[in-house]
Formats: sequence, C-alpha cells, structure tokens
Amino acid sequence: MSTSTRRLQHLVPASLVLALAATVTWLSFTREPADAFLFPRLIAVVMLLLAGWNFARAVLGLARVGTGLSAGLLIRLMPGTLVMLVYVFLAAKWLGFYVASWIAFAAIYALYDPAPHSSGAAWARRIFIPAGFMVMIYLLFNTLLKVQTPRGIFF
Amino acid sequence: MEFLGYFGGVFEPVAFMLLLGGTIGGLILGATPGLSPTMAVALLIPFTFQLEPTQGLILLGAAYTSTVAGGAVSAILLKIPGAPANIATALDGHEMARNGQGAKALHMSFMASGVGGVLGVLLLIFLTPVLAKWALAFGPSHLFWMAILGVTVIGSLDSKSFVKGLLSGCLGLWLSMIGYDDIQGAQRFIFHDALTGGINIIAALIGIFAIPQVIEMFAKGRVPSSISSLTVEKQSLMASLRETFMYKRALAIGTVCGAIIGLIPGVGGQIAGLLAYDQSRKFSPDRDKFGTGHPEGVIAAESANNAMVGPSLVPLLTLSIPGSPTAAVLLGGLLIHGIFPGTDLFDNHPQVAWTFINSMLIGQILMVVFGIWIAGWAARIAKVPTPIMAGAVLVLSLFGSYSIQQSMGDVYIMLVLGLGMFFLEKFGFSAAPLVLGLILGPIAEANFIQGSMIANAGDGAAAYFLTGTLNLMLIAMVLASMAYSFWATMIHEPRRAASSAAQTKTEAAE
Repeated sequence: MSTSTRRLQHLVPASLVLALAATVTWLSFTREPADAFLFPRLIAVVMLLLAGWNFARAVLGLARVGTGLSAGLLIRLMPGTLVMLVYVFLAAKWLGFYVASWIAFAAIYALYDPAPHSSGAAWARRIFIPAGFMVMIYLLFNTLLKVQTPRGIFF
Repeated sequence: MEFLGYFGGVFEPVAFMLLLGGTIGGLILGATPGLSPTMAVALLIPFTFQLEPTQGLILLGAAYTSTVAGGAVSAILLKIPGAPANIATALDGHEMARNGQGAKALHMSFMASGVGGVLGVLLLIFLTPVLAKWALAFGPSHLFWMAILGVTVIGSLDSKSFVKGLLSGCLGLWLSMIGYDDIQGAQRFIFHDALTGGINIIAALIGIFAIPQVIEMFAKGRVPSSISSLTVEKQSLMASLRETFMYKRALAIGTVCGAIIGLIPGVGGQIAGLLAYDQSRKFSPDRDKFGTGHPEGVIAAESANNAMVGPSLVPLLTLSIPGSPTAAVLLGGLLIHGIFPGTDLFDNHPQVAWTFINSMLIGQILMVVFGIWIAGWAARIAKVPTPIMAGAVLVLSLFGSYSIQQSMGDVYIMLVLGLGMFFLEKFGFSAAPLVLGLILGPIAEANFIQGSMIANAGDGAAAYFLTGTLNLMLIAMVLASMAYSFWATMIHEPRRAASSAAQTKTEAAE
C-alpha cells in the first residue's frame, strides 16, 4: 500500500470520528434540559479536541498506527460480511432464528471452505455440521434457557 | 480469614458443576486460536442470566482462569498462542514439543499456571478486603477521578497510539450516555429506536469482542489450514512435577511479575508473560538455552500469565476499576446481577464475593488436573477449520445478544458496534478503552453529578474536584499515565515512520 493511499485511508476514519465528535458536542450544547447534558458536554469537548488532533495527524500523514485495509482484504471479507448483514438485519426475523442461523452458518462455511465446490462430501459437511451445531443451540437456548426467539415464516 | 467460611458454596452441586464446566470449556476455548479469553467470557454472560449471581460469577471466573491457561496448548503444540497472554509460552514450549518433549511442556505449563494462579488468587484474597475498607474513604469526586483513571490508563497503555487510545475511551464514555438520563429522564443521543433503552453493555461487549474476530476469520479467505500439530508422547506426571519444582527461580520470577502486572490496570497478561520470560532469562545461568526449548521459559511465562488473573480483579472488586478487558467484561457480569463492586460487595454480598473468589482458588487446581488430562485432544479441537469457527461464533453472538432482553435492538447494536470496531481497529483504535469507557461511563457520570451537587452547596466545583490529597493523587496518576503514553508514542513514532517508508520502498521496487 503506497504512502498516499495509507494517508488517504487514515483520513476516512479520522474525518468520521471528527464529524461524530462535532455532532455530539453540538447536541450536548444545544439540547435541553441543560443539566442532563452537563457530563456529556465535558466528554464531548475532550472528544472533539482529541478528534481534531487525530484528524490533523491524519492530514499531515503522521497517523501510522494500524494496518489499514487493502483491496485484497476487503475482497476476502466482503462475502462473509454480506452474509452476516443479511442474516442479522433481514433473515433472522423473517425466516426465524434457527433456520436463518443454519443457512448463514452453512453459507459462511461454503464460502470459506477450501474444499472444492464439486465435492459431494464437502457439501455434506457444509450442511450437516451447521445443522448439528443448530441442534445444540436449540437445546441450549430453547430447552435449557427458555429463550423465545422470533419464529419468522419457518422455525 | 473470613474467606474460609465460604468454601461450602463452591462445593454445592450446581456451583461445582458450573466450576467444572467453566474450567473444561475454558480450557477448550483457550486452546482455540482466535477465541480470546475476553470474547469467551463475553459470550458466556448470557448463559448466567438464569443463574444465581454467585453461580454466574463462578462460571465466568472459571472460564477466565482456564482460557488463559488453555492458550498454552495451542502455543506449545501448534505454535499459535491461544491468547496474547501465551505468546511467550510459544517461544520455548513449541521448541520443547519439536524436541519430543510436548507432554512435558504441557505438564509443566499447567503446573506452573496452577502455582502462579493459586498465589495470584491468594493475593486477591488478602489484598481485596484491605483495599475495599480503604475505598470507604472515597467520595464522589474520588470515584469520578478513579473512573476517569480507569479509562485513561487503559486508553494510554493498551493502545499503540496515545491520541487514538484516549479517543477510544471517549467514544466509550459517549456510548454509555446514549438513552434516557437517569436523573432528569431526558433523551440523549437517541438516533434510532433501538437506542431508546441505551446501549446494553453485554450486547456491546459481545459485538466489540466477537464480531471483529469473526470478520478477521473471513479476512483469511479460502485458504487450506496449514496448522500442523505435533504429537504428544507419553511422559510421567511425577517426573514433570519434580522437574517443574526444580525451576523454583523461574516459578518465583513468573509469579511475582504476573502478580505485579495484574495489579496495574491496563497492563495485560501478554506483558506479564513476556516480562517474566525476559527476567527469567536474565537471571538464569542457562540463558543461552532460552528459545531452544528450555523449560524455564515455559514455566516463567505460564506462571506469570495465570498469576496475573487474581490480582487483575483487585482494582475491580474494590474500586470498580477493571484491571484488564476481561475484568471489564466480568464487571458487566456483576452489574447485570445488580451487584456493585467495592465495600457494598463485601459488606452486603459477602457470600457472593467470597464464594466467587474461593471458586477461583479451587478452579486453579481443577484447571491443572483437567488441563493435563485434556491437553492432547484440546489441540485437535484447536484445529477446527476457520469457517466453522466463524459461523459458530456468529450464531452464538446473535443468540447471546438477543437472549439478554429478547430484543432485536440489542442484536442490531451488537452487530453495528462489532463492524465499527473492526474498521476502527484497522486504523489503530482500541477495543479495551472503548469498553472501559462504556462500563465506567455511568459510574463517572453518577459521581460527577453527585459531586457537582455537593460542590454547589459548598466552595464550588473547582475546589471540590481539584483539591484534596486524594483528588490530587488521582489527577497526578491520570496525567502520569497520559504523559507516559505520550512519551512512548514519541519514541516509537520515528521507528514506525522508518518501517512505513521501508515498506513503501519495497512495494515500489516490486
């Protein structure tokens, strides 16, 4: 990763954190009742100062801590992260926790399993290992801990 | 000697089964690379909701103790430390295993862990009540500064960047303020319905510690596992025991280093292990053998990282200041059961406090027995393929965060915080100060408001918060931790710049 890319990458989180700190400070000083925002004001000011300092370091190219994100890394983590997002924000409630979890687990296993996709044995593993794990989860959460999870359209 | 009266609680059937389960489960989780002790304890908290506070704490304490020791299995047999605390163990432990002494290295590591762990818990037993009585002298201003000290020490020492460490702490403090204000009942920073009840600490802990590790597993891609485990030969247990106690100096150095490091908030087991290893090498007549499979290296490192566990709970149980990220998670576990550390814990809940501490003592012994017994097959579990691990941790995170209040809001918060933490960590922000800020935020705010009220009736806020010996001592400690971190950053900065320039040059040449 080149120096300019690294500097640009550090600028993104530094800008986001600065924007967040500025928003928090603005809200702390404008919202009522003022007494409820006494402590938030104190923290917001310190946070804004630190975020400003962090932003200045990023602009000057002095922010070097952290490995940053390479294109290769993003490509590798993207499929799994997408499965995770769909699983949590859509599928868990819509399909039901147990079915959605089984599908998400199997999808992640299939996506990252180095075994060839043409292998029948590999697919059997990808289906039955998550299923076995979900049976354990069901016994633990439903039977033992009595946690009522969203059922969705399935189970 | 009050603690002696509470051993019975540890041996009650349910409590003992939980201690046993927590120990064995912790050893397996600890041996699994990628599952840190902090994450293991965070994922276990939802399972404690239905338990009595004492039983819940026994389970969490057993898991904390044994995950640290279990990390030695993969460090020795796979050369992959199960937790950062086991980095130093891998240096000589794996070499011993390669030299055909794997069983001996495992026996020695668990025995040394047991010795260090027992002495660490004894320190916890004898130091905690004294400090808890001393904590009675603390007023709101002191407790406010203590909470701020907890955040700044971890923000300063646990992070490679001074400014990002402190900024992480501030982010945590801000997150703790989201929701309804306790005194005025005013809405604060509620940007979404899921935030109405504030950020649930346990959901946040699961997200912050588990989700980044799941994404890290995704980041490895579709690579075949290259982990190869060394086989474990048979070894007489008595011979290992005799040999472990032959290295009294390494045991003593490890235990002392671990105990001291544990007492300092923010300095974790990784430092304890490495410091003990280094000191043991310096004082050893066989210093040239270190790194080639010398038992002293394993003994020093393992006695240190387990000796750290007990003392790391001293500031937590007396002053509500967690000494490590895992201790911060344990604090979350205490708070959800309505138990507040400090004098309240020992005066009003002595049964809970002492049974928990005693269970850690018994847990150390169980950890040695079961550690030696299951070490061989724990290494096989450690080779579970990464995608299975990622899927299992993700599913557990969803069920764990949902089961807290049976709310999808907690699940969304868990995922958003986890994703955010993954990206922030890639740019040098730290999870530990953020979590400390989140946990200590309400304590800091309650004492700040209470102190402000007292100050308004007296000489004003400046006089109340900034004068008095104890206030000044605490402020000096806050400033000293920040100054040290700033100085350390300045020293490392040129090196980092040089390595960054060298990396760029290499990439350009390629």
